[in-house]
Amino acid sequence: MKILVCISNVPDTTTKITFTPDNKAFNKAGVQFIINPYDELALTKALELNEAAGGGTVTVIHVGAADTEANLRKALAVGADDAVRIDAEPTDAFFVANEIAAYAKDKGFDIIFTGRESIDYNGGQVGGMIAELLDLPMVNVINSISLQGNAATIERDIDGGREVVSVDTPFVVSAQKELTEPRIPNMRGIMMARSKPLQVIAPAAAEKRTEISQYQAPQSKAGCKFIDAAEAETLIQLLHNEAKVI
Amino acid sequence: MSVLVFAENSGGQFKKATFEAVSYAAAVAGLSGTDVTAVVLGTISGDALAVLGTYGADKIVHISDASLDNFEAHAAAKAIAAAADAASVKTVIVSNNYSGKALAPRLSVKLGAALATGAVDVPVANGNNLTVRRTVFSNKGFADITLNSDRKVITLTPNSYKLVELNKAGTVSTLTNPVAAADFKTKTVELKKVSGKIPLTEAELVVSAGRGMKGPENWGMIEEMASLLGAATACSKPVSDLHWRGHEEHVGQTGITIKPNLYIAIGISGAIQHLAGVSGSKVIVAINTDKEAPFFKIADYGIIGDAFEVVPKLNEAIRKFKAAN
Ligand SMILES: Cc1cc2nc3c(=O)[nH]c(=O)nc-3n(C[C@H](O)[C@H](O)[C@H](O)COP(=O)(O)OP(=O)(O)OC[C@H]3O[C@@H](n4cnc5c(N)ncnc54)[C@H](O)[C@@H]3O)c2cc1C
Ligand SMILES: Nc1ncnc2c1ncn2[C@@H]1O[C@H](COP(=O)(O)O)[C@@H](O)[C@H]1O
Repeated sequence: MKILVCISNVPDTTTKITFTPDNKAFNKAGVQFIINPYDELALTKALELNEAAGGGTVTVIHVGAADTEANLRKALAVGADDAVRIDAEPTDAFFVANEIAAYAKDKGFDIIFTGRESIDYNGGQVGGMIAELLDLPMVNVINSISLQGNAATIERDIDGGREVVSVDTPFVVSAQKELTEPRIPNMRGIMMARSKPLQVIAPAAAEKRTEISQYQAPQSKAGCKFIDAAEAETLIQLLHNEAKVI
Repeated sequence: MSVLVFAENSGGQFKKATFEAVSYAAAVAGLSGTDVTAVVLGTISGDALAVLGTYGADKIVHISDASLDNFEAHAAAKAIAAAADAASVKTVIVSNNYSGKALAPRLSVKLGAALATGAVDVPVANGNNLTVRRTVFSNKGFADITLNSDRKVITLTPNSYKLVELNKAGTVSTLTNPVAAADFKTKTVELKKVSGKIPLTEAELVVSAGRGMKGPENWGMIEEMASLLGAATACSKPVSDLHWRGHEEHVGQTGITIKPNLYIAIGISGAIQHLAGVSGSKVIVAINTDKEAPFFKIADYGIIGDAFEVVPKLNEAIRKFKAAN
């Protein structure tokens, strides 16, 4: 299979999120950026699918500035064959989807993988937009995928349960946690990544339809009311009379 | 010029998330003095349809073709876009559940619309634009996102907007099915609906437990508490990684994000990645032997104590409370 994996660059999951004093921007100072955890799963699954089939290529693509290249190199070290960076700030999902769709359009990818959502903006938008722009089927939040020739059997989450669907290539899927365990690059992978191709492409003209006007930190809680373990049962009255949730 | 809302049904029934979306659509329509059109796909009774009026639908457009009974994103996007075009709609509201997440990006591209997912409040109008508040950084912040296109699609986070009974006309009309067989791009092989259990993403009350429970054999008291309260059960990541509980219960940064009215965390430390999935809960209770457990920093109520003693006591108290109320 010829597989494209879309990678977004996000703050490490332990990051303490703060905003600039005017609340106009996210404070990037001192923040370590990682490959979006769902995209790591997508990449690993793409490699596994090709290993099971005994051949194929995996290309990773990212829309972002040059300072994100370390994570593309990491994806190469994990096992991707080549990487593409579209040189633009990814500030709007529609813009990002257009850039990726423009690149993918005439390359004949069988599968395009995205993550369920990027853990910074939590939009869950880019994959579905790529699918619509390229008029491809998409299956989102998938837990497993297997291939029989060009037909895939996929299990995904739906409201109130799960659904098994079948779909033929080419298609788009979005990865989530159960899909696989992320692969960690080994020394050989890291050495090999240095000589793998990383192509930088100028962005295609595309519209941005949204902008973030302001951020806000969540309101801090009033503080925790402690209940003596010996009188644990009083919690139930508090939840009923005070918090009014039961 | 109506605001259009996708009123999803499951087997001919609407869920609360759908009514929330309709109420929310009414609030959005109020910003520009227009009305609400709800679009419904597939087989459903007239009586069920009429309930949408209660929550704010002025008009109900029913595309009744049975091929639309089971949600398929590609076909649904085409059907809803046709309904939006027929009513010259500028703004479309969709619930931010699994179907909505599959639908909204497609629909926004089809309509040439700007998209905001996961709204938690009614937008603010400025001129022709709408600014929508949503959570970002996995519940660690909010962003106000301005939708600059003439057309807009907004998905609403479930349990973020209170139902309002508006008792509108809810006049039903039908629309010819615009979807052909070739528009269904994926084929359902099997549906595995969880029955008899409250789906975590829809639950208003959640009882959750972590590695502090020591092993899967100790979950009886957790399930008992959930069943006494009518709550769903959840767990931390290590618990599902160890296969003590199923993956569908795992909440957090890499699991499910939930926003119930009550989240009870038992024997869970409160690591930042866990909190990312649950900190939007309205009321949080933490039960932990360690008084330094980070969960107490964001909890509303805390009990420092051994779950194996505290939980049975609480279950007894809930049983008494339920008997008296
Ligand atoms: C990239 C990444 C993503 C992650 N995503 C998630 C995620 O989505 N969800 C998630 O949950 N975690 C996630 N984690 C893991 C997270 O960092 C924590 O390791 C995990 O949440 C800890 O689970 P726990 O609280 O159940 O276990 P522990 O940290 O082992 O805590 C157990 C708690 O139980 C208490 N305890 C022990 N005995 C008792 C008793 N008898 N009675 C009462 N309390 C008791 C202890 O004091 C302790 O606080 C992620 C980690 C990484 C690196
Ligand atoms: N800047 C980007 N470059 C490449 N892929 C991206 C980018 N942003 C998002 N994606 C992909 O789209 C998925 C969903 O992202 P989002 O719509 O931002 O939640 C991510 O998991 C990635 O696979």
